[in-house]
Amino acid sequence: MTKRRLGVFICQCGGNISDFVDTEQLRQSIEKNSLVMVAQVNMFTCSDAGQQNIITEIINKNLDGIVVASCSPKLHLNTFRAVTRRAGLNEYQYVHVNLREQCSWAHTHDKKAATEKGLRLIRAGIAKVSLANSLEKLRVKTLPHALVIGAGVAGLRAALALSDIGVGVHLVEKNHHAGGMVLQWGKMFPNDKKGSYVIKHLLNEIHRRENITLFTNAELLEKTGHIGDFSVKVRLGNNDTISLKVGSIIVATGFDTYIPQSGEYGYGLTGVITLSEYEELLASSMETLQYNGKEIKTVTYIYCVGSRENTKTDKPHLYCSRYCCSATSHAAKCTSEMNPDIRQFHLFRDVRTYGKYEQLYEKARNNGSIFLRFDEKSPPQVKEEKGRLIVRVKDILTGGEEIEIDSDLVVLVTGMVPRENAGLVNILKLPVGKDGFFNEIHTKLRPVETVIDGVFICGTSQGPKNLAESVTSAMAAVSKTGALLLKGYVDLEPFVAKVNADLCTWCGNCAKACPYSAIEQTIFNGKQVAIVSPVLCKGEGACVPTCPKQAIDLEGYTNRQIESMIDALAKEVINEKTDA
Amino acid sequence: MDKHDLSQNKQPKILVFSTNNISDVGIDLAGSSHMDYPTTVQVLAVPCSSGINPVWILHALETGFDGVFIAADGGDCPYVPNCTERTAKIVEQAQQLFGAKYDARRVKMGAICSVCSESFVNLIKQFSKALAELSQSPGKSPEEEH
Repeated sequence: MTKRRLGVFICQCGGNISDFVDTEQLRQSIEKNSLVMVAQVNMFTCSDAGQQNIITEIINKNLDGIVVASCSPKLHLNTFRAVTRRAGLNEYQYVHVNLREQCSWAHTHDKKAATEKGLRLIRAGIAKVSLANSLEKLRVKTLPHALVIGAGVAGLRAALALSDIGVGVHLVEKNHHAGGMVLQWGKMFPNDKKGSYVIKHLLNEIHRRENITLFTNAELLEKTGHIGDFSVKVRLGNNDTISLKVGSIIVATGFDTYIPQSGEYGYGLTGVITLSEYEELLASSMETLQYNGKEIKTVTYIYCVGSRENTKTDKPHLYCSRYCCSATSHAAKCTSEMNPDIRQFHLFRDVRTYGKYEQLYEKARNNGSIFLRFDEKSPPQVKEEKGRLIVRVKDILTGGEEIEIDSDLVVLVTGMVPRENAGLVNILKLPVGKDGFFNEIHTKLRPVETVIDGVFICGTSQGPKNLAESVTSAMAAVSKTGALLLKGYVDLEPFVAKVNADLCTWCGNCAKACPYSAIEQTIFNGKQVAIVSPVLCKGEGACVPTCPKQAIDLEGYTNRQIESMIDALAKEVINEKTDA
Repeated sequence: MDKHDLSQNKQPKILVFSTNNISDVGIDLAGSSHMDYPTTVQVLAVPCSSGINPVWILHALETGFDGVFIAADGGDCPYVPNCTERTAKIVEQAQQLFGAKYDARRVKMGAICSVCSESFVNLIKQFSKALAELSQSPGKSPEEEH
């Protein structure tokens, strides 16, 4: 092989890297490597200018391999592959080095040592790219059908939008009826349409579509196959199962409402109810508001119940549930519209009626709602005294004065919690976040994709959202699905196993180790050897450690590549080790 | 600075094998959360821990690493259902390759999920401590070449 001509591009990430790693020192060290034709430092390598610069260098210096040392490859691997392609170089002649998440950000207190580590990491990248083969992606056909799990508002809206763009939908709902949480909701902002009305409208449309099949009382049991071509098994009713073929899967399984613990803000006392219970009460009341046969004259709302629990130690919900401030302001508006004489007290920590929902907050205040702010460390107390509900709160805005509110109803503004879905998580191998909701690959850049290719998440299954935000993310999942399925094919990573037929003596170990039956026996130059089917191979490499002849390699991770990377990572150490 | 260099040299060198889709994501999260771990810990990402060649583990020790940590996916592995068992077998095979030359405790496996940043840092610190105790090897000095 002729001597490689490499380029190394080190990113400062606007200080995220260069504040903790001496990027210029890295550049100077790397430049000395005889294979490196150009070593550069950029403020933002991912910027247009940074990308164009790489292309120019590849062309001008006739580079045959590049290393980009920047953020985690999870963020910009595809960006720089595209850059490499645009420069006319095979995209697998580019290697990414994780200099931010696994170096600068992890070692913020020791610039010298972090710089040394950075150097070793880049050297390993150079070692890897030096031995990289040019590869072509594997093209797989995609089926124009999607499985949508969950027929709440996000799932229903996703199904319709998929149908619009010509993707057939199997919509699977665990409950006996579709509609999810929204079905139970009363009037909604901004046009006071009821939740049940919205769902009915969506369902009517669903039933009209020939390319949507809705299965209720149904559940995903099994998934095999790969992106573009999954086989799934769905339970229908109590006994039946059905097998379906789909190209992708959208998960829209929604949230659960937080149920307060007994005694939490008086929960369990008569007249202490959750926001969703209050909304049902409002929705079913006509002219007067009654609870337990008694007319309601004073309502006290307590905010952030089960959300933003920074002081709670037992399984706290650290996040803000996003929808509850707006929903409560809306409930207050509806209450005062029904009967303007009802007194309403809002005990809050912070009001987050962002965007358009600010109008609701203004409306509630203009209609006479009184907002009292409390500190999380001295929360309101709810007691039953002589048949009355008494709420005591220290109001920060009046300098901590204790205010006593004689209430007919105490409404606990409860947030969203992740839904228990262990079975589904296991079948789809869905990544679950610290907060218990499903995790997207990147909140901002890849907001509905998961690490499982072809499986998307949307709606409140991935975290608290209001209805508009849920539908927005459902539409995002639809457009990702459409982009994937309508093209008719998907290009898969060519990181598959390959057999060195000269070394192979066919023992069958690799074929036994392969979980996808991708390896078979064949005859090469008159002897029995193993052969890999690249389409069946998933590239996990399970065959590699079983070969006694080191005759099987995973593309991108060959024995030679890994060993030379290890050499590069270990390079500073020179002494022989002897164990006692 | 000398004092720092000294303490730095004492930190065991650890090679971590991570997995592209799961444990490497968890290790990224440790970094994004600015959880400190020794700079002598270096990560090499592969698709799946079931594909780690025991020969690589031996090679790492031979080239100067004090230990190898396999950040396996446990039950989260999207490729093979029995990934943990397969990886455990690879660890065993590596230990057989060590023979009398290296202590079997120089290779360790731990399950690291995509949000397991804390357990990664804790496990790696424990492993680092165990390796330091294990090491009776002569002091190492950084190669003078850059």
